[in-house]
Amino acid sequence: MNAALPFLPPSASTIAGEFNILFAGLLAITCAVLGLVVVLMFRFCAHYRRNNEAADRGHQTEKSWHWEVGWTAASFVVFLGLYAWGANIYLREHHPPPDAQDIYVVGKQWMWKIEHPGGQREIDALHVALNRPVRLVMTSQDVIHGFFVPAFRLKQDVLPGRYVTLWFDPDRPGRYALYCSQFCGTAHAEMGGEVTVMAPGDFQQWLAANASDATLSGDGAVLFHKTGCDGCHGAGARVAAPKLAGLYGGPVALRDGGSAIADEDFIRGAILEPAEHQAAGYEPVMPSFAGQLDEEQVVALVAYIKSLGSAPQ
Amino acid sequence: MTATTIVELPRPRGDSYLTDGTTLSSWLLTHDHKRIAILYCLSITVFFFIGGAAAALIRLNLITPRGLLLDAETYNRIFTLHGVVMVWLFLVPSIPTTFGNFLLPLMLGAKDLAFPRINLLSWYLFVLSGVIVLAGLIGGSVDTGWTFYEPLSSGYASGALVVVVGGIFVNGFSSILTGLNFVVTIHRLRAPGLTWYRLPIFCWSTYATSVILMLATPVLAVTLLLVAAEHLWGVGVFDPAHGGDPLLFQHMFWFYSHPAVYIMILPGMGVVSEIVPAFARKPLFGYHFVAWSSVAIAVIGFLVWGHHMFVAGESIYAALVFSFLSFIVAVPSAIKVFNWLATLHKGSISFEAPMLYALGFILLFTIGGLTGLFLATLAFDEHVTATYFVVAHFHYIMVGGMVSAYFAALHYWWPKVTGRLYPESWARFAAILIFFGFNLTFFPQFILGYLGMPRRYATYPPEFQVWNVFSSAGASILAAAYVLPLFYLTWSLFRGERAPGNPWGATGLEWQSASPPPTDNFERTPRVTRPPYDYPEPAA
Amino acid sequence: MSEHVLEKQFVDLAHQSETAELGIWGFIATEVLFLGGLFAAYGFFRYLHPAAIAQAAAHTDLKIGAANTALLLTSSFFMSWASLAARDGESRIVARVMFVAAALGVVFLGLKAIEYTDDIHEHLWPGPGFSLPTADPKAGEVFYFIYWLLTGIHALHLMAGIGAILVIANRARHGVFTRAYHAPVRVVSLYWHFVDIVWIFLFALIYLPGRGG
Repeated sequence: MNAALPFLPPSASTIAGEFNILFAGLLAITCAVLGLVVVLMFRFCAHYRRNNEAADRGHQTEKSWHWEVGWTAASFVVFLGLYAWGANIYLREHHPPPDAQDIYVVGKQWMWKIEHPGGQREIDALHVALNRPVRLVMTSQDVIHGFFVPAFRLKQDVLPGRYVTLWFDPDRPGRYALYCSQFCGTAHAEMGGEVTVMAPGDFQQWLAANASDATLSGDGAVLFHKTGCDGCHGAGARVAAPKLAGLYGGPVALRDGGSAIADEDFIRGAILEPAEHQAAGYEPVMPSFAGQLDEEQVVALVAYIKSLGSAPQ
Repeated sequence: MTATTIVELPRPRGDSYLTDGTTLSSWLLTHDHKRIAILYCLSITVFFFIGGAAAALIRLNLITPRGLLLDAETYNRIFTLHGVVMVWLFLVPSIPTTFGNFLLPLMLGAKDLAFPRINLLSWYLFVLSGVIVLAGLIGGSVDTGWTFYEPLSSGYASGALVVVVGGIFVNGFSSILTGLNFVVTIHRLRAPGLTWYRLPIFCWSTYATSVILMLATPVLAVTLLLVAAEHLWGVGVFDPAHGGDPLLFQHMFWFYSHPAVYIMILPGMGVVSEIVPAFARKPLFGYHFVAWSSVAIAVIGFLVWGHHMFVAGESIYAALVFSFLSFIVAVPSAIKVFNWLATLHKGSISFEAPMLYALGFILLFTIGGLTGLFLATLAFDEHVTATYFVVAHFHYIMVGGMVSAYFAALHYWWPKVTGRLYPESWARFAAILIFFGFNLTFFPQFILGYLGMPRRYATYPPEFQVWNVFSSAGASILAAAYVLPLFYLTWSLFRGERAPGNPWGATGLEWQSASPPPTDNFERTPRVTRPPYDYPEPAA
Repeated sequence: MSEHVLEKQFVDLAHQSETAELGIWGFIATEVLFLGGLFAAYGFFRYLHPAAIAQAAAHTDLKIGAANTALLLTSSFFMSWASLAARDGESRIVARVMFVAAALGVVFLGLKAIEYTDDIHEHLWPGPGFSLPTADPKAGEVFYFIYWLLTGIHALHLMAGIGAILVIANRARHGVFTRAYHAPVRVVSLYWHFVDIVWIFLFALIYLPGRGG
């Protein structure tokens, strides 16, 4: 690649490879159709120009519908193929492998805050290990941001008030640009950073060098006690409150008769809007913690509750 | 000039609409659809150059990675101004309010629109909305982008947001009333014998546009009302901190704003469908398919809004459905392009400026449409959405497509509107300059977007600079090319040769009237007996 | 009389009347989409927070709401009467019953004003002073956000309707309308029925949740 005149972004995830083939396919089809349009237009314009007396203009096509059906059907079939191709990759982009490592991301004007399960924290930077799938659990403290890494060919809007996820499997070491892709106010263009993909050994060293006193779930455990969660949800609590061990990932029967999957977003909602996340069989006595906890504290609590064990699959 | 007469009409006597009253109040209080069209044309020209000046500042600033002359806050305000002004004060009203107003009654053989007073009211509302919007944008400091995404707009924007949003609300009334007027006029005021399948395609596409104006604009109005109320009260349905859901805003906003894209392109397709047969001297190929494809676009266009939200957090099942429908809505556009090409086959083609613009439209629209397929492809969209790829795509449709079509219409009907001929060589030169300037401006943006440069960036990493410089260079050519017609068209108003009734030898009722037409359009209501585009086939 | 009301773009008065009626139907279609957007926001919110919406809605004034529903339905009856009388060319009856319909609309607005005053005294105006104990306090406030918007917009429509009725009724009083031409009466009456129907939906969505069983 010519550095002065860049055409292609670097590719550094398993999806990027498939994406590049999709791009080539789209480009080929586009060039073919555009070429056809250009050739026909110039050919007709040249041959049937008004001062070309020699052109045969008789026997114009009167019955046009078989042409119409022809190009309508051809367009439709090509479009259907492209749809299926793109949808197939998209579906895989949205089903993380079960062994993916969860990393938490909180966006705020105008920075990305990253929290590793081991307690390592980064701002505007994300370090990940080569060939180790990563699942980002993201939320925003204020407005909508967009987590965008061109080298991974992935982008996800990060909304306030809920968790969204994005996963990738980095397959090439290096440093890649991270951008905010959703306009978020004055310094939107500055809200970026770098994703560093490291060899597994280097990554372990990096984790060790940046270790903090406690893991993320450890922070959550402290908070769980300090905020008084354990008064009801703790081991020796006398109040009848749902047990949290083994909650994560399983189904929860709800008070209004429905049911939900206890993913990160559900747990977050249950902490901040308990009225709308009532488990069946319990009195609706839990107060809302909205306004008392910031998103990073909620992330720590969620990580702690997840660390209490997942529901059996 | 060979006149392929559809109907025999007596040459109307007396004054033209231009000389029927010369006082200012005879213009400002007119009920004549042709004069109202002129009023619209003058106002949107002003707005076009205001929005264009903002575009010039944007491109100027992006020449260097750190920004050549604007700080980030000013830059954000400028692109907000550019978007708001271009969308609501130029693109949406452009062809419908000028040529739709001028031509619809003429093409239908009617003396005026169904509701002339409401038509004038629409113009006043439009001007009022322009004043309010510009006051808010220039006086206040609104930097949310034209999309007003929540919770940025209600929770974090300045108070002038309410002014801007209020201006767009008023603008919506103008759009709705215009759309309503056109729909009723097409239904009720067709001349005797002018059946639906004898209507020029311009009427079909104006009809489809008007239906969207009527049915989509109210949803925008109510969405903006909710934004303003949320901004004022500090509680509402969109901001999670206020108890709301920001995706609800996006659904409601795009329910209007995607169909609005078709408001901005369907009239252009109508114009091209008039011009291509006129300069190829041949009936439009596949008339029924071209006509119904406009209706199909209008209907399916209401069902694809979710493709703006593939990475916004909507469910993957919704994304699958919206992606599929987005491919479906591309089919009728493809049908149109192939039919225009087939119209050229065995034609007798001449290349005056309107035809050059129309051919440019077909090429640029095809590129815009094909890159739209890239964006409809789910996995591909995830990489390029919210980047310059999207910016390039919609500028190919709206500037390459709609603005080209607007210029095509301006030149094609200029003799009819003004009674004067424009200078042909200058016009051809401008058409070619616009085509090249446009491509140089916007093609590099496809590459920028694919490389990953996000849109709405006041500053950017240095590796993107080279393509930005290309784009800004193209923009300077484009700017010059857009100013050019302002001069030679103004010149032709005073010095141009007098135009005959039908300088192009075109079919269509509007060419049967004088140039410029008399106030009542036709002395006697015409009776239509032939299909449209009834150009005779030459002997083999 | 009928000569000067025919506008030049129409063939005859029947043509003009049909066109006006198509116009008002089109306008009603745009209104349906406008209010439909608000109703959609309401529906989405009620789906998210059913319990809080039910609790909040129980604080509305059912008596005034029901009385207003009855008033509007009665006024619609008078508007229908006006349409029928206009068809028969009874211009003076048209004027009289239209004035009655408008008067009922004014009474509606008066009751609404009383209700609004009570609401403000009960701190149901969204903003810092808002207070209403619901399962989710924010959701209760959002319900009243929608309540004020919907009923406020409806009241504005009603005012526009009353104004239009008064203008047309005044013209009817001067005997302008005939058997052949009375489109304005039809148009204003269709609009009035539409505003009435919107209220019936509003009544069900705003006053009735949380009051069953």
